[in-house]
Amino acid sequence: MKSAGTLALVGLVGLTTANLAHAQIVKLDGSSTVYPISEAVAEEFQKSKKNAIKVTVGISGTGGGFKKFCRGETDISNASRPILKSEMAECAKAGIKYYEIPVAFDALTVVVNPKNPVKQLTVPELKTMWEPSAQGKVTKWNQINPAFADAPLKLFGPGADSGTFDYFTEAINGKSKASRGDFTASEDDNVLVQGVQRDTGALAYFGFAYYSENKDKLKAVAIVDPKTGKAVEPSEKTVIDGSYQPLARPIFVYVSESAYKKADVAEFVAFYLKNAAKLSKDVKYVPLPQKAYDMASDHLKKGKLGTVFGGEAEVGVRIEDLLAREAKM
Amino acid sequence: MPADTISNDVGLIRAGIAYRKRLDLLFGLLGIAALALGMLTIAALFTDMMIDGWQRLRPEFFTNFPSRRAAGAGILSAWVGSLLVMVVTAAMAVPLGVAAGIWLEEYAPKHWITDVVEININNLAGVPSIIYGLLALGLFVYTFHLGQTIRTAGLTLALLILPMVIVATREAIRSIPQMIREGAYALGATKWQTVQHHILPYSMPGILTGVIIGMARAIGETAPIVTIGALTFIAFLPPAPISETLPYINFEWLKAPFTVMPIQIFSWTSRPEAAFQQNAAAAGAVLVAMTLAMNGLAIWLRYRLRKNINW
Repeated sequence: MKSAGTLALVGLVGLTTANLAHAQIVKLDGSSTVYPISEAVAEEFQKSKKNAIKVTVGISGTGGGFKKFCRGETDISNASRPILKSEMAECAKAGIKYYEIPVAFDALTVVVNPKNPVKQLTVPELKTMWEPSAQGKVTKWNQINPAFADAPLKLFGPGADSGTFDYFTEAINGKSKASRGDFTASEDDNVLVQGVQRDTGALAYFGFAYYSENKDKLKAVAIVDPKTGKAVEPSEKTVIDGSYQPLARPIFVYVSESAYKKADVAEFVAFYLKNAAKLSKDVKYVPLPQKAYDMASDHLKKGKLGTVFGGEAEVGVRIEDLLAREAKM
Repeated sequence: MPADTISNDVGLIRAGIAYRKRLDLLFGLLGIAALALGMLTIAALFTDMMIDGWQRLRPEFFTNFPSRRAAGAGILSAWVGSLLVMVVTAAMAVPLGVAAGIWLEEYAPKHWITDVVEININNLAGVPSIIYGLLALGLFVYTFHLGQTIRTAGLTLALLILPMVIVATREAIRSIPQMIREGAYALGATKWQTVQHHILPYSMPGILTGVIIGMARAIGETAPIVTIGALTFIAFLPPAPISETLPYINFEWLKAPFTVMPIQIFSWTSRPEAAFQQNAAAAGAVLVAMTLAMNGLAIWLRYRLRKNINW
């Protein structure tokens, strides 16, 4: 009993000692889509610094990440979509200013079972499938297109907290978060992969990395660009040349201005920009052209704060559009 | 009575006995089947994890930090994090829980207020863990500004297992015969002397069992830890608790960010690369082994301590 008492006393002392100067830690949090890139950068950075500067990365979703970021709890926020008006207001209220850095592109990929003969889908067809009014009504493939089989349609998608869900619903249904509710939702993309693998009538959407790792089990559907009318398959090439639309999206990190003044954070951000191209490719994302990273470094140097997106949910931003906007900043 | 009626009656009784014995046997078999179902499930799960993760269960797996390369990734930050959180949990939950249990059993007057307290404690034991996470987020993280740290996680899990420790303590105390107390009082012992010299030592096996089973539950908890903000990627350890300079021990580690085993497992299962699934299976096997080891420790301690009780 004595030892337990001592342990408790020791514990209490520890719990109540004043917060001493915090060890230098660069804190990242936010989107699970951006996580693999930030994790890779953090890993390499710590190796190159021999662990003199520590980095942590959490996953709380794009929205959850911004909440922490705007309370000043994190230095850098991972985001799979640009910051929204409501989040900008929250950050402004707390006096938190930020640099917006696009780090890579992701291709949202629509996949079906390899046995499914469907090769391409148009945006209106995807809308028929996913719009809120389809709930309980659109349950067969031939309801989407009479040419398709008279087979049951089983839908799989990410949960409502995900930035991927926000982007897909915006791009397909025209309104962020507007979706039918009767599909199998999972925050774990591997569950979606397995769902499509088991069911010949299944369809799902998720980030390109998950398709890329499961090419033998899934078939990616080519998406018909509503502007050009051409069916394009998702790949690094079609994202770079801007032909995979409207499901290609830029992903970002947001760096807090006050955190960037700290030498450790600045060093980490510089390392991020220098290695983002190589490391994003490593984890199956599409890197931006070198110019984009140079421009971001320039913005940091010149203290150009804020977003180029104006807080609007936007779809169909090509790499060149992004560059043009960044240049005007 | 004619002889043949008697023999007939005996026959009937024998048939009745045989029938009841068959029922007895049937129930025994049913019990074995129920037990086997549970045991086989856990055995199958564990075997499956071992088969999937066996290749990864090498010493480096325990000494490497997480990495984007599955083959080089390990659980160092996760198992150290889990261990330290458990230390804080035990340091808080054991003294508080045991003291509360003793008070309720030995000191508390028996009236409606203690009844209400008792009902509430039993209810608390059944509250879903995510609720404790939300409470801890509001209280420890935002009100007390303890940060998303090991101490916050330890305190949260301490709250979670506190009802279990209290209930286990009370059960253990109740199983001590009244004559022990009466004997102590008869010799002029005060209440505290009775508790210190008799009640506590005799109830220790039961208390420890309760504590360790509570801890074994806490080590597998994910929901409350995610809620208070455990990290997913962390490739350094908290500061060492022993330092070279005065005062030789320090508590900086309590304020360190952390991750725990279940979160590491969850993070790996949701990765696209198949190789990470092996890591997840291996880490899962380690976590199950940790839980089994804790339960084993509980059994051993109970056995050791019971040997010293002679009444």
